[in-house]
Amino acid sequence: MCDTCGCNVTQGNQHLIQEGGKHEHTHDGKVAVEVLLNLLSENDHQAGHNREHFDNHQVLAINLMSSPGSGKTRLLESTIDALKEKYRIGVIEGDLETENDAERIRAKGVSAVQITTGTACHLDAHMIHDALHQMDLDSIDILFIENVGNLVCPASFDLGQHRNVTLLSVTEGDDKPSKYPVIFRAADHVLITKSDLLAVLDDFEPEKAESAVRQLAVEAPVSLTSAKSGEGLDLWLSWLEGQIDEQSIRRSEGKTATPKIAPEGQQLYTHG
Amino acid sequence: MHELSVCQAMLTQVEEIARRENARDVTRIVVRIGPLAGVVPDLLQQAFTVARAGTIAAEAELVTEEQPIRVSCLSCGAESDVLPNRLLCKSCGDYRTRVISGDELLLASVELNRLSDERLHRPA
Ligand SMILES: Nc1nc2c(ncn2[C@@H]2O[C@H](COP(=O)(O)OP(=O)(O)OP(=O)(O)O)[C@@H](O)[C@H]2O)c(=O)[nH]1
Ligand SMILES: [Mg+2]
Ligand SMILES: [Zn+2]
Ligand SMILES: [Zn+2]
Ligand SMILES: [Zn+2]
Ligand SMILES: [Zn+2]
Repeated sequence: MCDTCGCNVTQGNQHLIQEGGKHEHTHDGKVAVEVLLNLLSENDHQAGHNREHFDNHQVLAINLMSSPGSGKTRLLESTIDALKEKYRIGVIEGDLETENDAERIRAKGVSAVQITTGTACHLDAHMIHDALHQMDLDSIDILFIENVGNLVCPASFDLGQHRNVTLLSVTEGDDKPSKYPVIFRAADHVLITKSDLLAVLDDFEPEKAESAVRQLAVEAPVSLTSAKSGEGLDLWLSWLEGQIDEQSIRRSEGKTATPKIAPEGQQLYTHG
Repeated sequence: MHELSVCQAMLTQVEEIARRENARDVTRIVVRIGPLAGVVPDLLQQAFTVARAGTIAAEAELVTEEQPIRVSCLSCGAESDVLPNRLLCKSCGDYRTRVISGDELLLASVELNRLSDERLHRPA
Protein backbone atom coordinates (compact mmCIF):
# COMPACT_ATOMS: atom_id res chain seq x y z
CA MET A 1 0.00 0.00 0.00
CA CYS A 2 2.57 2.51 1.07
CA ASP A 3 5.78 2.20 -0.92
CA THR A 4 7.49 5.25 0.47
CA CYS A 5 7.02 4.84 4.19
CA GLY A 6 6.64 1.10 4.31
CA CYS A 7 3.61 1.32 6.51
CA ASN A 8 0.33 -0.30 5.71
CA VAL A 9 -1.61 0.12 8.89
CA THR A 10 -3.91 3.11 8.98
CA GLN A 11 -6.21 4.54 11.56
CA GLY A 12 -8.93 3.26 9.26
CA ASN A 13 -7.87 -0.34 8.93
CA GLN A 14 -5.93 -1.13 12.07
CA HIS A 15 -8.95 -2.64 13.79
CA LEU A 16 -9.09 -5.19 10.98
CA ILE A 17 -5.50 -6.18 11.40
CA GLN A 18 -5.74 -6.25 15.16
CA GLU A 19 -8.58 -8.75 15.02
CA GLY A 20 -10.91 -6.15 16.52
CA GLY A 21 -13.79 -6.68 14.07
CA LYS A 22 -16.94 -7.97 15.70
CA HIS A 23 -17.89 -11.49 14.72
CA GLU A 24 -21.29 -13.01 14.55
CA HIS A 25 -22.14 -16.57 13.62
CA THR A 26 -25.22 -16.90 11.48
CA HIS A 27 -27.49 -19.93 11.83
CA ASP A 28 -26.11 -21.62 8.72
CA GLY A 29 -22.57 -21.64 10.08
CA LYS A 30 -21.30 -18.61 8.21
CA VAL A 31 -19.28 -15.94 9.94
CA ALA A 32 -20.37 -12.32 9.58
CA VAL A 33 -17.54 -9.88 10.21
CA GLU A 34 -18.61 -6.36 11.04
CA VAL A 35 -16.18 -3.86 9.60
CA LEU A 36 -17.19 -0.19 9.16
CA LEU A 37 -14.25 0.80 7.00
CA ASN A 38 -14.28 3.64 4.48
CA LEU A 39 -14.22 2.06 1.02
CA LEU A 40 -11.68 4.59 -0.17
CA SER A 41 -9.43 4.36 2.88
CA GLU A 42 -6.44 3.26 0.81
CA ASN A 43 -6.79 6.28 -1.47
CA ASP A 44 -7.29 8.52 1.55
CA HIS A 45 -4.18 7.11 3.19
CA GLN A 46 -2.11 7.94 0.12
CA ALA A 47 -3.74 11.38 0.00
CA GLY A 48 -2.57 11.96 3.56
CA HIS A 49 0.99 11.19 2.46
CA ASN A 50 0.69 13.56 -0.47
CA ARG A 51 -0.47 16.29 1.90
CA GLU A 52 2.56 15.62 4.09
CA HIS A 53 4.81 16.00 1.04
CA PHE A 54 3.17 19.31 0.12
CA ASP A 55 3.38 20.61 3.67
CA ASN A 56 7.00 19.55 4.15
CA HIS A 57 7.89 21.55 1.06
CA GLN A 58 5.69 24.53 2.01
CA VAL A 59 3.47 24.03 -1.04
CA LEU A 60 -0.19 25.06 -1.20
CA ALA A 61 -2.12 22.50 -3.32
CA ILE A 62 -5.36 23.49 -5.05
CA ASN A 63 -7.60 21.02 -6.91
CA LEU A 64 -9.69 22.40 -9.79
CA MET A 65 -12.82 20.48 -10.79
CA SER A 66 -15.49 21.11 -13.44
CA SER A 67 -17.26 19.66 -16.48
CA PRO A 68 -15.14 19.30 -19.62
CA GLY A 69 -14.47 22.71 -21.14
CA SER A 70 -15.63 24.96 -18.29
CA GLY A 71 -12.38 26.88 -18.47
CA LYS A 72 -9.97 25.28 -15.99
CA THR A 73 -6.89 25.54 -18.19
CA ARG A 74 -7.80 29.01 -19.39
CA LEU A 75 -8.19 30.14 -15.77
CA LEU A 76 -4.77 28.71 -14.98
CA GLU A 77 -3.25 30.58 -17.92
CA SER A 78 -4.67 33.89 -16.65
CA THR A 79 -3.68 33.07 -13.08
CA ILE A 80 -0.11 32.34 -14.14
CA ASP A 81 0.06 35.64 -16.06
CA ALA A 82 -1.13 37.50 -12.98
CA LEU A 83 0.93 35.76 -10.32
CA LYS A 84 4.08 34.35 -11.83
CA GLU A 85 6.28 37.28 -10.83
CA LYS A 86 5.17 36.92 -7.24
CA TYR A 87 4.85 33.17 -6.70
CA ARG A 88 6.45 30.05 -8.09
CA ILE A 89 3.72 27.94 -9.68
CA GLY A 90 3.54 24.28 -10.68
CA VAL A 91 0.72 22.39 -12.37
CA ILE A 92 -0.41 18.77 -12.56
CA GLU A 93 -2.76 18.22 -15.47
CA GLY A 94 -5.21 15.32 -15.58
CA ASP A 95 -6.77 14.32 -18.88
CA LEU A 96 -8.09 11.15 -20.43
CA GLU A 97 -5.78 11.64 -23.42
CA THR A 98 -3.26 14.15 -24.84
CA GLU A 99 -0.60 16.47 -23.41
CA ASN A 100 -2.41 19.55 -24.76
CA ASP A 101 -3.23 21.19 -21.46
CA ALA A 102 0.27 20.64 -20.04
CA GLU A 103 1.72 22.19 -23.20
CA ARG A 104 -0.50 25.25 -22.82
CA ILE A 105 0.83 25.67 -19.26
CA ARG A 106 4.47 25.12 -20.28
CA ALA A 107 4.02 27.78 -22.96
CA LYS A 108 3.54 30.17 -20.04
CA GLY A 109 6.95 29.21 -18.65
CA VAL A 110 5.58 27.10 -15.81
CA SER A 111 6.47 23.46 -15.19
CA ALA A 112 3.63 21.01 -15.73
CA VAL A 113 3.30 17.25 -15.35
CA GLN A 114 0.64 15.63 -17.47
CA ILE A 115 -1.20 12.58 -16.17
CA THR A 116 -3.13 10.78 -18.88
CA THR A 117 -5.64 8.58 -17.14
CA GLY A 118 -6.73 6.57 -20.20
CA THR A 119 -10.11 5.30 -19.12
CA ALA A 120 -10.19 6.59 -15.55
CA CYS A 121 -12.43 9.63 -15.44
CA HIS A 122 -10.87 11.13 -12.30
CA LEU A 123 -7.47 11.55 -10.65
CA ASP A 124 -6.66 9.53 -7.55
CA ALA A 125 -4.10 9.97 -4.81
CA HIS A 126 -1.70 7.38 -6.25
CA MET A 127 -1.54 9.15 -9.61
CA ILE A 128 -0.82 12.44 -7.83
CA HIS A 129 1.90 10.79 -5.76
CA ASP A 130 3.64 9.56 -8.93
CA ALA A 131 3.36 13.01 -10.48
CA LEU A 132 4.58 14.97 -7.46
CA HIS A 133 7.80 12.96 -7.40
CA GLN A 134 8.45 14.18 -10.93
CA MET A 135 8.43 17.77 -9.68
CA ASP A 136 10.81 19.84 -7.62
CA LEU A 137 8.43 20.80 -4.83
CA ASP A 138 11.06 23.04 -3.24
CA SER A 139 10.83 25.37 -6.20
CA ILE A 140 7.03 25.70 -6.01
CA ASP A 141 4.78 27.85 -3.81
CA ILE A 142 1.42 26.90 -5.33
CA LEU A 143 0.59 23.62 -7.03
CA PHE A 144 -2.55 23.55 -9.12
CA ILE A 145 -4.05 20.17 -9.89
CA GLU A 146 -6.40 20.32 -12.87
CA ASN A 147 -8.68 17.33 -12.47
CA VAL A 148 -10.21 15.43 -15.39
CA GLY A 149 -13.20 17.32 -16.81
CA ASN A 150 -16.07 15.51 -15.08
CA LEU A 151 -18.72 16.82 -12.70
CA VAL A 152 -19.18 13.51 -10.88
CA CYS A 153 -16.22 11.31 -9.97
CA PRO A 154 -13.42 13.73 -8.99
CA ALA A 155 -15.34 14.78 -5.86
CA SER A 156 -14.99 11.32 -4.30
CA PHE A 157 -11.20 11.07 -4.35
CA ASP A 158 -9.03 13.01 -1.94
CA LEU A 159 -5.71 13.83 -3.62
CA GLY A 160 -3.95 15.49 -0.70
CA GLN A 161 -4.91 19.01 -1.77
CA HIS A 162 -5.61 21.74 0.76
CA ARG A 163 -8.48 23.37 -1.10
CA ASN A 164 -11.03 22.50 -3.79
CA VAL A 165 -12.27 24.89 -6.43
CA THR A 166 -15.32 23.99 -8.53
CA LEU A 167 -15.94 25.84 -11.80
CA LEU A 168 -19.31 26.28 -13.50
CA SER A 169 -19.41 28.06 -16.86
CA VAL A 170 -22.43 30.13 -17.78
CA THR A 171 -23.03 27.91 -20.82
CA GLU A 172 -23.86 24.97 -18.55
CA GLY A 173 -26.99 26.35 -16.89
CA ASP A 174 -27.61 27.82 -13.45
CA ASP A 175 -29.26 24.64 -12.10
CA LYS A 176 -26.07 22.54 -12.18
CA PRO A 177 -25.33 22.83 -8.45
CA SER A 178 -28.74 21.24 -7.73
CA LYS A 179 -28.08 18.42 -10.18
CA TYR A 180 -24.51 17.70 -9.06
CA PRO A 181 -24.61 18.45 -5.34
CA VAL A 182 -21.62 16.28 -4.44
CA ILE A 183 -19.02 18.23 -6.40
CA PHE A 184 -20.40 21.67 -5.53
CA ARG A 185 -20.64 20.75 -1.86
CA ALA A 186 -16.93 19.90 -1.97
CA ALA A 187 -15.97 23.41 -3.09
CA ASP A 188 -14.00 25.88 -0.99
CA HIS A 189 -14.55 28.41 -3.77
CA VAL A 190 -17.07 28.26 -6.61
CA LEU A 191 -16.15 30.14 -9.77
CA ILE A 192 -18.86 30.95 -12.28
CA THR A 193 -16.75 31.25 -15.43
CA LYS A 194 -17.09 32.82 -18.90
CA SER A 195 -19.11 35.74 -17.54
CA ASP A 196 -18.32 37.62 -20.76
CA LEU A 197 -20.85 35.31 -22.44
CA LEU A 198 -23.71 36.41 -20.17
CA ALA A 199 -24.49 39.15 -22.66
CA VAL A 200 -25.59 36.50 -25.16
CA LEU A 201 -26.79 33.86 -22.66
CA ASP A 202 -29.42 35.77 -20.77
CA ASP A 203 -31.07 32.63 -19.38
CA PHE A 204 -28.18 32.01 -16.98
CA GLU A 205 -28.81 33.92 -13.78
CA PRO A 206 -25.72 34.09 -11.55
CA GLU A 207 -27.93 34.77 -8.50
CA LYS A 208 -29.81 31.53 -9.14
CA ALA A 209 -26.58 29.57 -9.44
CA GLU A 210 -25.34 31.09 -6.19
CA SER A 211 -28.60 30.32 -4.44
CA ALA A 212 -28.43 26.68 -5.65
CA VAL A 213 -24.94 26.50 -4.12
CA ARG A 214 -26.16 27.96 -0.80
CA GLN A 215 -28.93 25.33 -0.69
CA LEU A 216 -26.11 22.79 -0.39
CA ALA A 217 -25.07 24.39 2.90
CA VAL A 218 -21.98 25.84 1.25
CA GLU A 219 -20.57 29.02 2.77
CA ALA A 220 -17.68 29.22 0.31
CA PRO A 221 -17.36 32.32 -1.86
CA VAL A 222 -19.09 32.23 -5.25
CA SER A 223 -17.34 34.51 -7.75
CA LEU A 224 -18.39 35.57 -11.21
CA THR A 225 -15.33 35.56 -13.45
CA SER A 226 -14.12 35.69 -17.01
CA ALA A 227 -10.64 34.59 -17.90
CA LYS A 228 -11.23 36.27 -21.24
CA SER A 229 -12.30 39.76 -20.16
CA GLY A 230 -10.61 39.64 -16.77
CA GLU A 231 -13.87 40.34 -14.93
CA GLY A 232 -13.86 39.09 -11.34
CA LEU A 233 -10.34 37.70 -11.55
CA ASP A 234 -9.34 40.06 -8.74
CA LEU A 235 -11.74 38.19 -6.41
CA TRP A 236 -10.19 34.87 -7.37
CA LEU A 237 -6.61 36.12 -7.10
CA SER A 238 -7.09 37.75 -3.72
CA TRP A 239 -8.74 34.56 -2.39
CA LEU A 240 -5.74 32.62 -3.68
CA GLU A 241 -3.24 34.96 -2.06
CA GLY A 242 -5.21 34.67 1.18
CA GLN A 243 -4.88 30.88 0.93
CA ILE A 244 -1.13 31.16 0.42
CA ASP A 245 -0.82 33.35 3.52
CA GLU A 246 -2.98 30.95 5.54
CA GLN A 247 -0.87 28.01 4.42
CA SER A 248 2.36 29.68 5.53
CA ILE A 249 0.81 30.54 8.91
CA ARG A 250 -0.39 26.94 9.28
CA ARG A 251 3.05 25.63 8.42
CA SER A 252 4.72 27.85 11.00
CA GLU A 253 2.34 26.30 13.54
CA GLY A 254 2.89 22.77 12.22
CA LYS A 255 -0.71 22.46 11.05
CA THR A 256 -2.33 21.48 7.79
CA ALA A 257 -5.74 21.79 6.16
CA THR A 258 -8.06 19.55 4.22
CA PRO A 259 -10.78 20.74 1.86
CA LYS A 260 -13.88 21.79 3.74
CA ILE A 261 -15.79 18.55 3.38
CA ALA A 262 -13.07 15.98 3.62
CA PRO A 263 -14.74 12.66 4.45
CA GLU A 264 -15.74 12.31 8.08
CA GLY A 265 -13.12 10.81 10.34
CA GLN A 266 -10.35 11.17 7.80
CA GLN A 267 -6.98 11.86 9.29
CA LEU A 268 -5.12 15.00 8.33
CA TYR A 269 -1.95 13.03 8.22
CA THR A 270 -1.57 9.33 8.06
CA HIS A 271 1.13 9.18 10.74
CA GLY A 272 1.37 11.40 13.82
CA MET B 1 -17.51 5.62 -14.06
CA HIS B 2 -15.54 5.59 -10.84
CA GLU B 3 -17.82 2.93 -9.38
CA LEU B 4 -15.39 0.39 -10.81
CA SER B 5 -12.47 1.96 -8.91
CA VAL B 6 -14.57 2.02 -5.76
CA CYS B 7 -15.54 -1.61 -6.34
CA GLN B 8 -11.92 -2.66 -6.77
CA ALA B 9 -10.97 -0.84 -3.58
CA MET B 10 -13.81 -2.67 -1.82
CA LEU B 11 -12.67 -6.06 -3.12
CA THR B 12 -9.11 -5.39 -1.93
CA GLN B 13 -10.48 -4.78 1.56
CA VAL B 14 -12.71 -7.85 1.38
CA GLU B 15 -9.82 -10.07 0.27
CA GLU B 16 -7.71 -8.75 3.15
CA ILE B 17 -10.44 -9.61 5.64
CA ALA B 18 -11.05 -13.00 4.04
CA ARG B 19 -7.34 -13.86 4.29
CA ARG B 20 -7.20 -12.85 7.92
CA GLU B 21 -10.36 -14.78 8.75
CA ASN B 22 -9.13 -17.89 6.99
CA ALA B 23 -12.10 -17.82 4.65
CA ARG B 24 -12.89 -20.43 2.04
CA ASP B 25 -15.24 -18.03 0.31
CA VAL B 26 -17.16 -14.84 0.85
CA THR B 27 -20.92 -15.10 0.52
CA ARG B 28 -22.19 -11.62 1.24
CA ILE B 29 -20.78 -8.09 1.32
CA VAL B 30 -22.76 -5.24 2.85
CA VAL B 31 -21.86 -1.63 2.05
CA ARG B 32 -23.45 1.54 3.35
CA ILE B 33 -23.73 4.35 0.82
CA GLY B 34 -25.16 7.79 1.43
CA PRO B 35 -26.74 9.79 -1.41
CA LEU B 36 -23.98 12.38 -0.94
CA ALA B 37 -21.13 9.88 -1.27
CA GLY B 38 -21.03 10.35 -5.04
CA VAL B 39 -21.41 6.62 -5.71
CA VAL B 40 -24.51 5.23 -7.42
CA PRO B 41 -25.56 1.90 -5.85
CA ASP B 42 -26.84 0.44 -9.15
CA LEU B 43 -23.57 1.27 -10.91
CA LEU B 44 -21.63 -0.27 -8.04
CA GLN B 45 -23.72 -3.45 -8.44
CA GLN B 46 -22.95 -3.53 -12.16
CA ALA B 47 -19.25 -3.00 -11.53
CA PHE B 48 -19.34 -5.76 -8.92
CA THR B 49 -20.66 -8.37 -11.35
CA VAL B 50 -17.56 -7.73 -13.46
CA ALA B 51 -14.94 -7.09 -10.79
CA ARG B 52 -15.73 -10.03 -8.47
CA ALA B 53 -14.69 -12.63 -11.08
CA GLY B 54 -11.63 -14.56 -9.98
CA THR B 55 -11.70 -13.17 -6.44
CA ILE B 56 -12.66 -14.90 -3.21
CA ALA B 57 -15.99 -13.06 -3.56
CA ALA B 58 -16.74 -14.51 -7.01
CA GLU B 59 -20.00 -16.02 -5.79
CA ALA B 60 -20.86 -13.33 -3.26
CA GLU B 61 -23.93 -11.17 -3.09
CA LEU B 62 -23.46 -7.41 -2.74
CA VAL B 63 -25.96 -5.60 -0.56
CA THR B 64 -26.06 -1.81 -0.65
CA GLU B 65 -27.78 -0.08 2.23
CA GLU B 66 -28.76 3.50 1.52
CA GLN B 67 -28.59 5.96 4.35
CA PRO B 68 -30.96 8.93 4.67
CA ILE B 69 -29.48 12.42 4.57
CA ARG B 70 -29.65 14.19 7.90
CA VAL B 71 -28.25 17.59 8.80
CA SER B 72 -27.67 19.27 12.10
CA CYS B 73 -28.14 23.04 12.23
CA LEU B 74 -25.17 25.09 13.46
CA SER B 75 -27.50 27.96 14.23
CA CYS B 76 -30.46 26.47 16.14
CA GLY B 77 -29.25 22.92 16.77
CA ALA B 78 -32.25 21.18 15.17
CA GLU B 79 -31.75 18.01 13.12
CA SER B 80 -33.65 17.51 9.86
CA ASP B 81 -34.03 14.86 7.14
CA VAL B 82 -33.32 16.59 3.84
CA LEU B 83 -32.90 16.13 0.08
CA PRO B 84 -29.43 15.93 -1.53
CA ASN B 85 -29.76 19.35 -3.16
CA ARG B 86 -31.42 21.10 -0.24
CA LEU B 87 -29.31 20.76 2.87
CA LEU B 88 -30.95 23.57 4.82
CA CYS B 89 -32.25 23.46 8.37
CA LYS B 90 -35.96 22.68 8.20
CA SER B 91 -36.56 24.36 11.51
CA CYS B 92 -35.00 27.80 11.03
CA GLY B 93 -34.04 27.75 7.34
CA ASP B 94 -30.34 28.46 7.94
CA TYR B 95 -27.85 27.10 5.41
CA ARG B 96 -25.10 26.68 7.95
CA THR B 97 -25.65 23.00 8.64
CA ARG B 98 -23.46 19.96 9.03
CA VAL B 99 -24.25 16.63 7.39
CA ILE B 100 -24.45 13.98 10.11
CA SER B 101 -25.58 11.12 7.89
CA GLY B 102 -25.86 10.54 4.15
CA ASP B 103 -22.29 11.05 2.94
CA GLU B 104 -20.83 7.73 4.08
CA LEU B 105 -19.17 5.17 1.84
CA LEU B 106 -18.50 2.23 4.13
CA LEU B 107 -17.81 -1.45 4.04
CA ALA B 108 -20.25 -2.52 6.76
CA SER B 109 -19.85 -6.29 6.98
CA VAL B 110 -18.51 -9.35 5.22
CA GLU B 111 -20.12 -12.79 5.54
CA LEU B 112 -17.88 -15.75 4.86
CA ASN B 113 -17.33 -19.47 5.30
CA ARG B 114 -14.17 -20.37 7.19
CA LEU B 115 -11.81 -23.07 6.06
CA SER B 116 -11.21 -24.07 9.66
CA ASP B 117 -14.95 -24.39 10.37
CA GLU B 118 -15.15 -27.03 7.71
CA ARG B 119 -12.23 -28.96 9.19
CA LEU B 120 -13.72 -28.60 12.65
CA HIS B 121 -16.95 -30.32 11.67
CA ARG B 122 -15.28 -33.08 9.75
CA PRO B 123 -15.04 -36.42 11.70
CA ALA B 124 -11.47 -37.21 12.76
N1 LIG C 1 -15.70 33.35 -23.85
C1 LIG C 1 -14.92 32.71 -22.99
N2 LIG C 1 -14.40 31.51 -23.34
C2 LIG C 1 -13.62 30.87 -22.44
C3 LIG C 1 -13.35 31.41 -21.16
N3 LIG C 1 -12.58 30.54 -20.48
C4 LIG C 1 -12.37 29.49 -21.33
N4 LIG C 1 -12.99 29.70 -22.52
C5 LIG C 1 -12.99 28.82 -23.68
O1 LIG C 1 -13.62 27.61 -23.38
C6 LIG C 1 -12.97 26.51 -24.03
C7 LIG C 1 -12.53 25.49 -23.00
O2 LIG C 1 -11.61 26.10 -22.09
P1 LIG C 1 -10.50 25.27 -21.33
O3 LIG C 1 -9.77 26.21 -20.45
O4 LIG C 1 -9.72 24.45 -22.26
O5 LIG C 1 -11.47 24.32 -20.46
P2 LIG C 1 -11.04 23.10 -19.49
O6 LIG C 1 -11.99 23.14 -18.34
O7 LIG C 1 -9.61 23.18 -19.19
O8 LIG C 1 -11.36 21.85 -20.42
P3 LIG C 1 -10.93 20.30 -20.18
O9 LIG C 1 -9.54 20.30 -19.62
O10 LIG C 1 -11.04 19.69 -21.52
O11 LIG C 1 -11.94 19.75 -19.21
C8 LIG C 1 -11.80 27.12 -24.76
O12 LIG C 1 -12.18 27.34 -26.11
C9 LIG C 1 -11.57 28.43 -24.04
O13 LIG C 1 -10.96 29.42 -24.85
C10 LIG C 1 -13.91 32.68 -20.83
O14 LIG C 1 -13.74 33.23 -19.73
N5 LIG C 1 -14.70 33.27 -21.77
MG1 LIG D 1 -8.15 21.72 -19.38
ZN1 LIG E 1 6.40 10.08 -1.77
ZN1 LIG F 1 1.71 5.19 5.12
ZN1 LIG G 1 -15.90 8.11 -13.06
ZN1 LIG H 1 -31.77 25.77 12.40
